[in-house]
Amino acid sequence: MTLKQFMNEAISPWMREEGPDSDIVLSSRIRLARNFSDVSYPILADHEKLEGIRDFIKEEYEHQSFQDYEDFSFISIPDLTAIEKRVLVEKHLISPHLSKSEHAPATIISKNEQVSVMINEEDHIRIQLYFPGLQLSKALEGAFELDDWLEEKINYAFDETRGYLTSCPTNVGTGMRASVMMHLPALAMTKQINRMIPAINQLGLVVRGIYGEGSDAQGNIFQISNQITLGKTEADIIGDLQSVVQQLIEHERNARNRIMEQSGKKLEDRIFRSFGVLDYSRIIESKEAAACLSNVRLGIDLGLIKNVSRNILNELMILTQPGFLQQYAQATLTADERDELRASLIRERLQLEK
Amino acid sequence: MQCQECQQRPATLHFTQVINGTKTEIHVCEVCAKEKGYMTYPEEGYSLHNLLTGLFNFDSAMMESQQSNSYNQVKELKCPQCGMSLSTFKKVGKFGCATCYDTFSERLDPILRRVHSGNTKHYGKIPKRMGGDLHTKKQLESYKAELQQLIEDENFEEAAQIRDKIKALQNQSDGSKAGDDT
Ligand SMILES: [Zn+2]
Ligand SMILES: [Zn+2]
Repeated sequence: MTLKQFMNEAISPWMREEGPDSDIVLSSRIRLARNFSDVSYPILADHEKLEGIRDFIKEEYEHQSFQDYEDFSFISIPDLTAIEKRVLVEKHLISPHLSKSEHAPATIISKNEQVSVMINEEDHIRIQLYFPGLQLSKALEGAFELDDWLEEKINYAFDETRGYLTSCPTNVGTGMRASVMMHLPALAMTKQINRMIPAINQLGLVVRGIYGEGSDAQGNIFQISNQITLGKTEADIIGDLQSVVQQLIEHERNARNRIMEQSGKKLEDRIFRSFGVLDYSRIIESKEAAACLSNVRLGIDLGLIKNVSRNILNELMILTQPGFLQQYAQATLTADERDELRASLIRERLQLEK
Repeated sequence: MQCQECQQRPATLHFTQVINGTKTEIHVCEVCAKEKGYMTYPEEGYSLHNLLTGLFNFDSAMMESQQSNSYNQVKELKCPQCGMSLSTFKKVGKFGCATCYDTFSERLDPILRRVHSGNTKHYGKIPKRMGGDLHTKKQLESYKAELQQLIEDENFEEAAQIRDKIKALQNQSDGSKAGDDT
């Protein structure tokens, strides 16, 4: 398989579309946690009952309207190889928790990979939707539609006072986790992000770096999500998140402009050096790759690099993770082998645009 | 900002904890978060659940000092549906079934308040099949809260509008079910 073909399969189709503010916001996600009222949660339920839940949803999907709703496929997680599971996790289609679960874990994934329904995760059902760019209300609308569809068939665990009952009390109420993935290189470079985080926390929102193993946000990608699920409506929660994200977008744009004005040559140098590293290195660790990709993406956003498509950060952040590298090589690789393959994959990817 | 645990690495994880209405901020690095058990899956960054476990233990220590010790020793609270005991719940920070919420309801409010910035009640979506009553009731509650706020803000014009909405909603629900409960 050529890299181009592989890439086409590796990148979720929805990621290719550009959404509002997609120079800074990579994606918006809504996740709803739901449970059957009469079955214990996966940590404690009989295995048979959980298989029952899995089969019930599989049946609904196969024989009824699920397929009409969108083009979905059903996947039983234990049927997958270790690398396949890892790839689904790296694509954010399932959680690490689901990939390791022994409680009849399964998922239903839409063809464009925008929607996935996790079955027997920490809760019986977790509905998850992704949209490109900043589109929280659209994602919520879609999640509610699916939720309504499921609710016609399932007696949800719901309490008048507490709302949707979930295994973890951190999710009770709306059961909703909304999050936005942002590329904030200028705020990270100027360390402004560190001063903003405590203020954002005050609003019941959490900021964390993603893909990070160490202390830094790899690739300057940050995830902002709601921490509170009780006492506010879904629309209010999303409204709070949206307004914080909009402010961050504005600050990021201002910071980019300021850096360009004050030390444009330095920034340009940094961006093109990173481009050079990606274009020529023979061995590259994930951390360095992420940092360089972030710079190149910034270079594209600033109009300094013109011959590379904007998706490169999204694509290569996913493609160069261990699961994908091994899937591409069709073999289990050592860390050294991965660093080599990562470098050659990135070079090949950049060649595609020349 | 430096990590409050090791004071060496920069703090990259930030939590806000609300205890008895006082906000405390926790700033730790990822290494310490892992060591202190705030993180389970490194891929997920950190786990609030593990932070919670600490809160539950703190909660139980408070409870014990307030209550007579004999109660705790003699009889442990257990969920009749799934068998989850209070001590297991404190350890894992997760409930075993929907009935657990009733079983542990007395202990729940302080925990929820801490996790959800003082909130203990749901104002969000309601399953459609749960009936219109609940929808109306919730709508009334939220209008009343809004009304209160508007009056406090001395925004009487909008307050009057909300008051009319409340009246209309009350009339509508009285009419539909001959007013058995408000
Ligand atoms: Zn530390
Ligand atoms: Zn229970």
